Amino acid sequence: MSIWEYANPVKFMRVSGAALPWLAIAAAVCTLGGIAWGFLTPEDYKQGSTVKIVFLHVPAAMMAINIWVMMLIASLIWLIRRHHVSALAAKAAAPVGAVMTLIALATGAIWGQPMWGTWWEWDPRLTSFLILLLFYIGYIALWSAIEDPDSAADLTGVLCLVGSVFALLSRYAVLFWNQGLHQGASLSVAPGERMSEVYRYPLYVSMLGFLLLFLVLVLVRTRTEIRRRRLAALQAREMRA
Amino acid sequence: MSLLAVHDLAVARGGIRAVEGVSFTLDAGEALILRGPNGIGKTTLLRCVAGLQLAVDGRIEMAEDSVAYAAHADGLKAALTVTENLRFWAQIFGGGNVEQALTAMDLTALADRPAAALSAGQKRRLGLARLMVTGRPLWVLDEPTVSLDAASVERFAALVRAHLAGGGAALMATHIDLGLGEARVLDLTPYRARPGRPPGRPAGFNEAFA
Amino acid sequence: MIALLKRDLALATRAGGGFGLAVAFFLILCALVPFGVGPETSALRPIAPGILWVGALLSCLLSLDRIFALDHEDGSLDLLATAPIPLEAVTALKALAHWITTGLPLVVAAPVFGILLHLPGQATGWLIVSLLIGTPALSMLGAFGAAITVGLRRGGLLLSLLVLPLYIPTLIFGTEIIRRGAEGGDPTTPILFLAGITAGVMALVPFAAAAALRVNLR
Repeated sequence: MSIWEYANPVKFMRVSGAALPWLAIAAAVCTLGGIAWGFLTPEDYKQGSTVKIVFLHVPAAMMAINIWVMMLIASLIWLIRRHHVSALAAKAAAPVGAVMTLIALATGAIWGQPMWGTWWEWDPRLTSFLILLLFYIGYIALWSAIEDPDSAADLTGVLCLVGSVFALLSRYAVLFWNQGLHQGASLSVAPGERMSEVYRYPLYVSMLGFLLLFLVLVLVRTRTEIRRRRLAALQAREMRA
Repeated sequence: MSLLAVHDLAVARGGIRAVEGVSFTLDAGEALILRGPNGIGKTTLLRCVAGLQLAVDGRIEMAEDSVAYAAHADGLKAALTVTENLRFWAQIFGGGNVEQALTAMDLTALADRPAAALSAGQKRRLGLARLMVTGRPLWVLDEPTVSLDAASVERFAALVRAHLAGGGAALMATHIDLGLGEARVLDLTPYRARPGRPPGRPAGFNEAFA
Repeated sequence: MIALLKRDLALATRAGGGFGLAVAFFLILCALVPFGVGPETSALRPIAPGILWVGALLSCLLSLDRIFALDHEDGSLDLLATAPIPLEAVTALKALAHWITTGLPLVVAAPVFGILLHLPGQATGWLIVSLLIGTPALSMLGAFGAAITVGLRRGGLLLSLLVLPLYIPTLIFGTEIIRRGAEGGDPTTPILFLAGITAGVMALVPFAAAAALRVNLR
């Protein structure tokens, strides 16, 4: 019994089909629960009620990065071991990741306006997310531009690989660039240890909810892709026969 | 000594196996003509032999760098002259007599014309002259006589014959009679891949999820 | 291999090769900026390094799709793939040819356009240095993008979308060199970073580009 068995489309469809309803319920409970719990927390002495957007902002930002890492791993699995489900999972994850990045940027702007007095600041962290969004857009555009699914999977895999290197490179280049311009603009709020427990626990629940939500969305989208391929195969067979 | 040995080859087109179980050998001095209806996978098979595409299954045995491939497009640059085009490919493939190739395909008079000024048939002849300057023993030709007139087809047959006599071999896909009586013919129709889940690795996304 | 480089240079410089278009585009871009921001030195000087680099980057982008698309159309790419030269070398050589016909003229023209944008005199040297180090990476990354989009009918826009984000680190360090040079600072650090990026790109990207080409040829 190896984990690679789940790369078999038939097995994948069976297992994911059985797991989906439970995952969906858990995702709904955790996401909504986490955000609702977050709204019931007391107001921050400095930031007031605006702090509550953190329960949307931080999980989305976390997922935005992690989804790209997941796509990179899935692409590598496809390029090395040629598991078709893996390539489709990477394809399925990209739009979810792009939306997570957008949510992180939008909530950041909404939070930033009352806190820093500006919707947008070329802070290294913000800029990195904008660049990440560009990479997501390019990746999605490439998938949709290539008709042949085998070529599309290979080319997007290579793009994901090269893109990852350059996304990382940009991250550090941006750090250099911003410090080179004006120093000491430490605008980011570090979550975790600096946060009081009142905020931390609902945040954890919310993070878990976003993770589950991502899993549900990716599974649903991957299943759709598999069905679409199956349909294409049947049509191709019919045309050739 | 066989220049090319193909064992149990399966190739895929559009993510689905097209032909499977194809086996043949090609010795020095031999020509093999592939036949079969449109879409059966002749071009794909030739591209696999040329190393441009991966086979789904089976083995292709031949010496490294032995294939000269020619397909529908001739790889000519309109802005360069006939000689420049030919000399470029001679240099890339390392060797080959440009003058001799020009003479063989009756292009000497056009040597200094830009390729843009050539007619379709003349371009085709230049494309075939390119085969000579590669200096490679195994010619893999996809529809080599498209847009050639009767006289040029004869000239082409003579070219292939000279190549075979010189210890070369040719693998061709064509629909017309080339006048190469000595060439063997392999009809691909019986090798058409059967539907149903084949054993082993799927050929592509379509097959993986069928 | 020299034959391939020679052929690409010949094709680029002959009629219909589009040689010089990139520099003309660069000129137009630099001429348009003052209309947008105003003619005062105080307005132009601070943004000159950025405009020059972004301009060079966009000019470079114009001719990227030609790197492989023409060879793909006329079948040359198939033949090059079966040639004794490895495809990695083909991509690197074609990127080099693109740099000689596009990047190098931009480097030569940039100081003149720097005058148009009131770039301080002491920064001109750094402008040349930064472009000289940075533009080879632009060509090589562009060749990668061109290799990925070569089979597509309307790959031009997609090519820009894929390649421009890859240009960000080069752009950041390139402009930083000029900015520091203009302020009389020490630009060694960004020069080293830029050179590192270019070296890394030259060493590794040909493999990715060749892999993409192989996928597109099958």
